[in-house]
Amino acid sequence: MYSDKVLDHYANPRNVGSLDKSDPSVGTGMVGAPECGDVMKLQIKVDEQQGVIVDAKFKTFGCGSAIASSSLATEWLKGRTLDEALSIRNTDIVNELSLPPVKIHCSVLAEDAIKAAIEDYRRKRAAREDGKG
Amino acid sequence: MNKPIYLDNHATTPVDPRVLEAMLPYFREKFGNAASRSHCYGWEAEQAVERARGQIAELIGASPKEIIFTSGATESDNLAIKGVAEMYAERGDHIITVATEHKAVLDACKRLEKQGRRVTYLPVDREGLIDPDQLRRAINDRTILISVMWANNEIGVLQPIREIGRMARERGVLFHTDATQAVGKVPVNVEEDCVDLMSLSAHKMYGPKGVGALYVRRKNPRVQLAAQMDGGGHERGMRSGTLNVPGIVGFGEACAICAREMAEEARRLGALRDRLKDRLLAELDEVYVNGSLAHRLPNNLNMSLAYVEGESLMMAMKDVAVSSGSACTSATLEPSYVLKALGVSDDLAHTSIRFGLGRFNTAEEIEYAAGRVIESVRRLRELSPLYEMAKEGVDLKKVAWRRE
Repeated sequence: MYSDKVLDHYANPRNVGSLDKSDPSVGTGMVGAPECGDVMKLQIKVDEQQGVIVDAKFKTFGCGSAIASSSLATEWLKGRTLDEALSIRNTDIVNELSLPPVKIHCSVLAEDAIKAAIEDYRRKRAAREDGKG
Repeated sequence: MNKPIYLDNHATTPVDPRVLEAMLPYFREKFGNAASRSHCYGWEAEQAVERARGQIAELIGASPKEIIFTSGATESDNLAIKGVAEMYAERGDHIITVATEHKAVLDACKRLEKQGRRVTYLPVDREGLIDPDQLRRAINDRTILISVMWANNEIGVLQPIREIGRMARERGVLFHTDATQAVGKVPVNVEEDCVDLMSLSAHKMYGPKGVGALYVRRKNPRVQLAAQMDGGGHERGMRSGTLNVPGIVGFGEACAICAREMAEEARRLGALRDRLKDRLLAELDEVYVNGSLAHRLPNNLNMSLAYVEGESLMMAMKDVAVSSGSACTSATLEPSYVLKALGVSDDLAHTSIRFGLGRFNTAEEIEYAAGRVIESVRRLRELSPLYEMAKEGVDLKKVAWRRE
């Protein structure tokens, strides 16, 4: 039922781990819910000068394609600007991993996690700038 | 590639080689139709069917005439419930069943509800057991049938059948039990347990797929059924259709083997199941057994392995064949309704795994499977944001989750 790419990401997930949530250059997105069977935590570390994502990490509770979708997302995020990262669509993930129709929600969750991480980073940054007055 | 270790014996069991041996002649030279009365082909087929009927009856304490052959337990459940509802429509229109029944029972009842009958779905407690007092209170003078499964297919929990049977008998209500998972695994006796109708399936007890039976009591009381299939009037008019002679022969042989070996097999599988359970409980934190351990099939284990989604766990241990109550394995994206009925929360239902041990599992296989489960859970917990949060002391119930 799964493509070789899903199986590969599942067996060798890229960028598993956590970044320091309190680091101002880190944005954290956590989407999904345990009772729905999927929770993704995706974190980005941003080079403030360049506005480029220099690192990305994930942890996912969910089925094989949820794990593969988030693993792929972290691969794609590294080296992108925030705007480039925001242009990643769930359909890109579906195509890359050849996800079956019942697993499309996993890709939607990954897109949401990317957006949530960027949102979190921007919010932290805006709050800091407000603080500076 | 070696095939995975098979621990999904509640889904189906392999055919015992002795059963297959018994069946083979009935595909070859003994191919007759058991309903043919005019030649020896028919006679020998009929003789084989009657022998099997006796073997099946013997295992459940029935008389051979009380065994009606069907295509399997789903058909038996449908025939029992719809057949009684139709036949006894004058007497009443109320049926009592249980929230954790198999879909063959629940959906048959739902169809009857649409046709105007009333159905009571009894809840179960955290152990998966019904409360007999609640059943007693649910019976009214319009109640015609109580249908309670003997052993649950997901959690292996055994309902208090004898108590239910006696209560039904006392109140003059017919009692049907879906004993698909129980027959051949635990002692079943329709006389002692006051059962009026009972569904059985060959492929859950090392017989072939596509054959089952409905036990229909012939006296005290004599149960009548409205046939649900029209045709040649086979099986005392209750189930028309040419008999599946090789399948029936295999079913009979499977019952005969169970009658001889059940006690020893239950002891052996119970010990292996306990070994598996004890290792998982000892070597992993936050794992929970679903359903009663005291009232349970010896070959069943159902556990929630918190913070690890069931489908991804099955993917991680590809060399062990099990099943999960996780939504990701079902078409509906809803986790197991059985676990839900026990009050298991959805998040834990998503992490549940069902182990079904069987006749051909060895101690080495169970040790290997236990090791695979343990190492896979540990690996996936490293990937799980929930496990990380729980270890940090976050109360997951209090987190404001961002749902899709």
